[in-house]
Amino acid sequence: MANTKKSDAFVEFERVQKSYDGINLVVKDLNLSMPRGEFLTMLGPSGSGKTTCLMMLAGFETATHGDIRLGGTSINNIPPHKRGIGMVFQNYALFPHMTVAENLAFPLEVRKIGKSEREEKVMRALGMVQMQDFAGRRPSQLSGGQQQRIALSRALVFEPELVLMDEPLGALDKQLRETLQFEITNLAHELGITTVYVTHDQTEALTMSDRVAVFENGRIQQLAAPDKLYEEPENSFVAQFIGENNTLEGVIKEIKGGVALVQLDNGDLIDAKPINVTQAGQRTRVSIRPERVEMDKSRLSSDAHTLKAEVLEFIYMGDIFRTRLRVAGSDAFVIKTRNAPDQIRLQPGQIIDIGWLAEDCRALDA
Amino acid sequence: MSDSTANGLVLAADGTPLKRSLSRSMRRQKMRAFMLVAPLLIFVLLTFIYPIGVMLSRSVQNDIVPETLPETVRVLGAWDSSSGDLPNEVVYAAFMRDMSVAIKAKKHTRLGSRLNYEKTGFSSMFRQSGRKMKKLDPVVDAPFKDKLIKIHKGWGDIETWKTLQTYSGLYTSGYFLNSVDARMTPEGMAWQPEDKQILLKLFGRTLVMSLIITGSCILLGYPIAWLLSNVSPRSANLLLILVLLPFWTSLLVRTSAWKVMLQQNGVINEVLVWIGLVPDGERLILINNQFGTIVAMTHILLPFMILPMYSVMQTIPPVYLRAAKSMGATNWTAFWRVYFPQSIPGIGAGSILVFILSIGYYITPEIVGGTKGVFISNRIAYHISSSLNWGLAAALGTILLIVVLALYWAYDRIVGIDNVKLG
Ligand SMILES: Nc1ncnc2c1ncn2[C@@H]1O[C@H](COP(=O)(O)OP(=O)(O)OP(=O)(O)O)[C@@H](O)[C@H]1O
Ligand SMILES: [Mg+2]
Repeated sequence: MANTKKSDAFVEFERVQKSYDGINLVVKDLNLSMPRGEFLTMLGPSGSGKTTCLMMLAGFETATHGDIRLGGTSINNIPPHKRGIGMVFQNYALFPHMTVAENLAFPLEVRKIGKSEREEKVMRALGMVQMQDFAGRRPSQLSGGQQQRIALSRALVFEPELVLMDEPLGALDKQLRETLQFEITNLAHELGITTVYVTHDQTEALTMSDRVAVFENGRIQQLAAPDKLYEEPENSFVAQFIGENNTLEGVIKEIKGGVALVQLDNGDLIDAKPINVTQAGQRTRVSIRPERVEMDKSRLSSDAHTLKAEVLEFIYMGDIFRTRLRVAGSDAFVIKTRNAPDQIRLQPGQIIDIGWLAEDCRALDA
Repeated sequence: MSDSTANGLVLAADGTPLKRSLSRSMRRQKMRAFMLVAPLLIFVLLTFIYPIGVMLSRSVQNDIVPETLPETVRVLGAWDSSSGDLPNEVVYAAFMRDMSVAIKAKKHTRLGSRLNYEKTGFSSMFRQSGRKMKKLDPVVDAPFKDKLIKIHKGWGDIETWKTLQTYSGLYTSGYFLNSVDARMTPEGMAWQPEDKQILLKLFGRTLVMSLIITGSCILLGYPIAWLLSNVSPRSANLLLILVLLPFWTSLLVRTSAWKVMLQQNGVINEVLVWIGLVPDGERLILINNQFGTIVAMTHILLPFMILPMYSVMQTIPPVYLRAAKSMGATNWTAFWRVYFPQSIPGIGAGSILVFILSIGYYITPEIVGGTKGVFISNRIAYHISSSLNWGLAAALGTILLIVVLALYWAYDRIVGIDNVKLG
């Protein structure tokens, strides 16, 4: 906290609220501050307010309350065309009546940049996405991926410091998405651009971003680097939303020495790390990643609690094995094990003991 | 293998060329499609295309002259009109024989009215002569030259025979020349006398006023269409109903309503006088002139402009404007450089529709146009129902059709017809 001084922040949302109809708050008390050059992703389920936030930043929606600052100055009253923010839209929004080159020249033309400089910049921007040969084509003569590349270079051609992208890869197939994800992050880092990226694909968010803001219901539930988000979710929404996750419900028996003893609803006891539970008697949801579940008792501490589990299903997935278990009355408990030569392949019907390190099991809000 | 080739031809499985077997398999499908269209096609052919063809062919037909006066036409061909002499007795005798047949069949008056289009006086000459010639016998009473000249001095006028000779063919370009204020004389083409030159002016006025009407429809319709495509669907529906409301009342009623509005003691003038903008003695003349026609027709044709515009604008996603603004364009630049070009197909479609409708509009100019605000179509109607000069009416109609097609072609060359979208 001490090292993020106010002047370091390039993009800032301070207590921002937004309501379209005067009844419901679509964005509730949003606080966010981004340093220059950061790649930040807004991730969240549909309708959680991601696009709304982006549109407020771009100037197409006004904040109902609060302050949005860019480079230290409030932009609440600056119209969109003076904000100098590059944007990439989900359906590309390439102007159909202009060629690719004319599309790219447009932002330069409105900035009254001379013809020769304009052409040079257009070709350079097309070069960044390897699309120089397509300068004379119409957008309708390009494939989806090519259109997306052009949309990207059009957002970059006038060298904005901040670029916003709203699900830019939403309409593309998986393979193309992966290529373009890579290209986008590379370009953003090379050019030192600050990027706000919206998606509801968590893999995309985890692989591309410096930090991810998980949205739910108009609030940021957690804002953290991808690894922290995955390994240390701060509440059960984030734990559920990011990656695969096993959840067990119970009541806190006691909290001692940084470990919480949790009594599950069927009476079994387990160890967990208290995250947002503070006292005995609270209801909790414990969360454990499938790959952190241990079947080998020798790897656990001697006094660790274990649970009995019945194997329901064994799925061979190539690199990993995915096993579904019945644990503490829940049929949806999944464990993942690496396909190693010495790995045991479990049989349905088998009864095994499972456990975990207390710090891998997080006791979260119920 | 269906892609096996022999002599560069792609062959189907059974060895026939792929093209042929494809067209064979498509034939049934084509037949079925044709059968579906056939009833309408026959209906249109019989009730629309054929009558139009007949009508248009009237613009050059002149068979009434050679059919009514077959012998006269034949012998008149040998007469040298530039000699300065009247035709000889052979022509008069032939004319007498033709006429006595025609008079019996009561066809001579029709011929008279036909020739009256070319030279005034023919109609009454044929009618009066007919009565007296009925009493002559084409064999016994020869020679006829002096008798006929006595019956009507017109038969002693060399111009009469010149006109007959000029219009003795089965076909004539006379109607088309008439349409452009010219006429065919024995000496070749000549302009109509100054006081009869009205048709070219009328064509010009029709074109100019149609352009003005189209222009004012664009100006008034564009903002409405824009609004329609940018409000919520519910309000758009309501607005659309308002736009279409005029269609629910008869054209005649709407035009008459404009009469009530625009006349000198009509609503608009009363209001202007009442608020003191116009002195009572100098009420504005808003009707029975071009202004009246333009106002009323703009109002009536406006929906035909708004609807195509709307249907095109509806398909332009608002995200384009946002994209333009995010790139630094002001509201105006974003509109002008990004939105407007994409709405041009709608303007084009609306303009063609309104222009073509207005160029042939009849009823509104007739009611509110007075004499200065009428269109060429009113003239066509006049020739069809009053003067009964169907040949001229057909020629005028043909020219109108050609003008429209030419404009259509020009539009295609300049804007491109595939740029037109009606929905
Ligand atoms: N123009 C608008 N008028 C009224 N309500 C709106 C408007 N735009 C969005 N909303 C509402 O605001 C909420 C948040 O919408 P938003 O578009 O920000 O969601 P999102 O997180 O981008 O979702 P998605 O992932 O589906 O794009 C939704 O409940 C939506 O119905
Ligand atoms: Mg969205």
